[in-house]
Amino acid sequence: MNALSLKPGSNRKSAYNLRPTLSQEEERHTLSVLVDNEPGVLARVIGLFSGRGYNIESLTVAETDHSAHLSRITIVTTGTPQVIDQIRAQLMRMVTTHDVHDLTEEGLHVERELALVKVASTGDHRVEALRMAELMGARVVDVTLESFIFELAEDTDQIDAFVELMRPIGLVEVTRTGVAAMSRGAKGLSRP
Amino acid sequence: MTDEAARQMTGAEIVVKALKDQGVEVVFGYPGGAVLPIYDEIFRQNQITHVLVRHEQGAAHMAEGYARSTGRPGVVLVTSGPGATNAVTGMADALMDSIPIVVLTGQVPTFMIGNDAFQEADTVGITRPCTKHNWLVKETDRLADTLHRAFHVATHGRPGPVLVDIPKDVQFASGAYVGPQEANTRTYAPQTRGDAAAIEAAVELIEAAERPILYTGGGVINSGPAASRLLRELAGATGFPLTSTLMGLGAYPASGRSWLGMLGMHGTYEANMAMHGADLMVCIGARFDDRITGRIDAFSPGSAKVHIDIDPSSINKNVAVDVPIIGDVAEVLSELLARWKERGGKTRADAVGAWWKQIDTWRAVDCLRYERSETSIKPQHALQRLEALTRGMDRYVTTEVGQHQMWAAQFLGFEEPNRWMTSGGLGTMGYGVPASIGVQMAHPESLVINVAGEASFMMTMQEMATAVQYKLPVKQFILNNERLGMVRQWQELLHGGRYSHSYSEALPDFVKLAEAFGAKGIKVEDPADLDETIQEMLDHDGPVIVDCLVERHENCFPMIPSGKAHNEMLLGEASTAQAIEADGAVLV
Repeated sequence: MNALSLKPGSNRKSAYNLRPTLSQEEERHTLSVLVDNEPGVLARVIGLFSGRGYNIESLTVAETDHSAHLSRITIVTTGTPQVIDQIRAQLMRMVTTHDVHDLTEEGLHVERELALVKVASTGDHRVEALRMAELMGARVVDVTLESFIFELAEDTDQIDAFVELMRPIGLVEVTRTGVAAMSRGAKGLSRP
Repeated sequence: MTDEAARQMTGAEIVVKALKDQGVEVVFGYPGGAVLPIYDEIFRQNQITHVLVRHEQGAAHMAEGYARSTGRPGVVLVTSGPGATNAVTGMADALMDSIPIVVLTGQVPTFMIGNDAFQEADTVGITRPCTKHNWLVKETDRLADTLHRAFHVATHGRPGPVLVDIPKDVQFASGAYVGPQEANTRTYAPQTRGDAAAIEAAVELIEAAERPILYTGGGVINSGPAASRLLRELAGATGFPLTSTLMGLGAYPASGRSWLGMLGMHGTYEANMAMHGADLMVCIGARFDDRITGRIDAFSPGSAKVHIDIDPSSINKNVAVDVPIIGDVAEVLSELLARWKERGGKTRADAVGAWWKQIDTWRAVDCLRYERSETSIKPQHALQRLEALTRGMDRYVTTEVGQHQMWAAQFLGFEEPNRWMTSGGLGTMGYGVPASIGVQMAHPESLVINVAGEASFMMTMQEMATAVQYKLPVKQFILNNERLGMVRQWQELLHGGRYSHSYSEALPDFVKLAEAFGAKGIKVEDPADLDETIQEMLDHDGPVIVDCLVERHENCFPMIPSGKAHNEMLLGEASTAQAIEADGAVLV
């Protein structure tokens, strides 16, 4: 039946094991998405990710241009290159989307998130916590006789490191905003 | 009265005015509490015809049939809560098959939203993943603009269903009307012109191809009549073989010289083998669906792939392509043809001639052959006779989903686009009856046939009452095997012949059923009476149900089993033993 004697693929992968010929390496990408600030737009983005099985590592959103009703969403996601391409294309075809930028793909960019870290300790641990906070550039925003709340605006790795440092010396809780990101240099995201 | 005052009207008036200004002639709908103001406005006018359906799912499929057969958006009007949820299947179907429909739903008054009011549902929440876009309109002043945007979004770029949810107080309140020209539609403007460099690269591949194939889909039909014309020109000028997906049938004529028949799971041997052996594949308005590709890593392994699609997310989704061209099929084909001619209109005619000889040997396999029978009606034979007796007529065909759908695609020939309406992506049983009614509304003088299975037919058969009420002479041609044929076939091939719930023990008498609806019913079980029955169906001036009792255990071939490649087709009963391995059985 195989008239051309073409060798069928060597493994037994099915139609549901897509993109076998492409890189299967997972990559972390940071996307900036400019959308109309209208009801349901965040639900659309989240529904797109959950419905198509994409990962969200972090997602932040806020209105950034009040007069034009534009919100900027920053999404950190992981996936194979083909999945990242699909995510970009799927985001771009949403009717509310003005622009999608893959900051990781486009070059150098700055990422920051804000963390509030509560540490409760006494004696040496209390002194150590304050000293390390100073070293890492964290600010004290609340203080009691037993506790501090530190504020730290840094990239994700730095915040992870700070949280790990605080863990043995009285870490109580952490809250983080997720990543906000922007490309370096004079150019901004395109506007409609 | 000043201009400004003239533009003030109630929300319900705005809805009807916007529909008129959009050129809407027919609305498929069902009234209810939350849309009564709009129904009141519909009552006061005669320009727009309202078709009262019997279930909201029917309204959505009728709108799909209307849209697919005319190229204009279909319009649905239903109430809140259950009205909206019943229409969900139709929207999901339209999304998968890229059919432009505009669904208007009533909603409870804005001040009651969120209070679990009577017939309240989170309609925009429920329909967000099964529409291209949707809107909840909370101010009457925004209503007209939103409605015009809805039509714009449904019909531009890759078409699809949109929904506008209109609370009842918004329908009663007054607001300013704006016309289609004043509405804000600029922000949604998908790319329609293909990239010149990509088109140049495609032309170079066309000039160099030795074993080319054109693989076309529903996008050609969605792009409009010009796209089909240009496709015919391209196939004619290059002499390249051409195959089409289920959704694309008719874009290229079945009688055309390049035609290989449909490809994919139940496509022809020659089409699938040509796809497998090609060195150039030009995919035009198709999306490498899993019914088409079979095993993805063995899909057309030796071909350079050009992909023309208006939706960037279709590119590289399932299959990595070499030359993506994002744009409208008609615009891209027009530029591609122009560029190819400028460069001399060259092809490797000798090599392509040899390729055709190879294809002819595949064609000689005669993959659609089947065992004839004197005693029982073979479904394939029934469709061949239907084709023979209706060929050349002004004919539209809809189908349900299952074996009969595949046989219809194999045995009926389509010469023009927009003549074939079927549920491809979602595979919605129950699509065909209402779709045929929608088509007949758009083409009252034409012959509209729904090729159905008895099980699919029963999912939406209440719409026969709609057909009778509006004197729509739709012909329901039921291939009745008293089985869920495709389920039965898979159970035979994959599950050891354990026919779990794939047969009906209590089917209605379809002749009596037809008569109960006020239609004509004809039953046929002897092959000798088949032609006469079909002729009787065609001659009757009114809706007809034909109960055509066919061979119960017929399987649909050829077939690419799950997890197999295009060159591993099953050609008939003899080839089915152990054909599907365990890892193929987990696929759908």
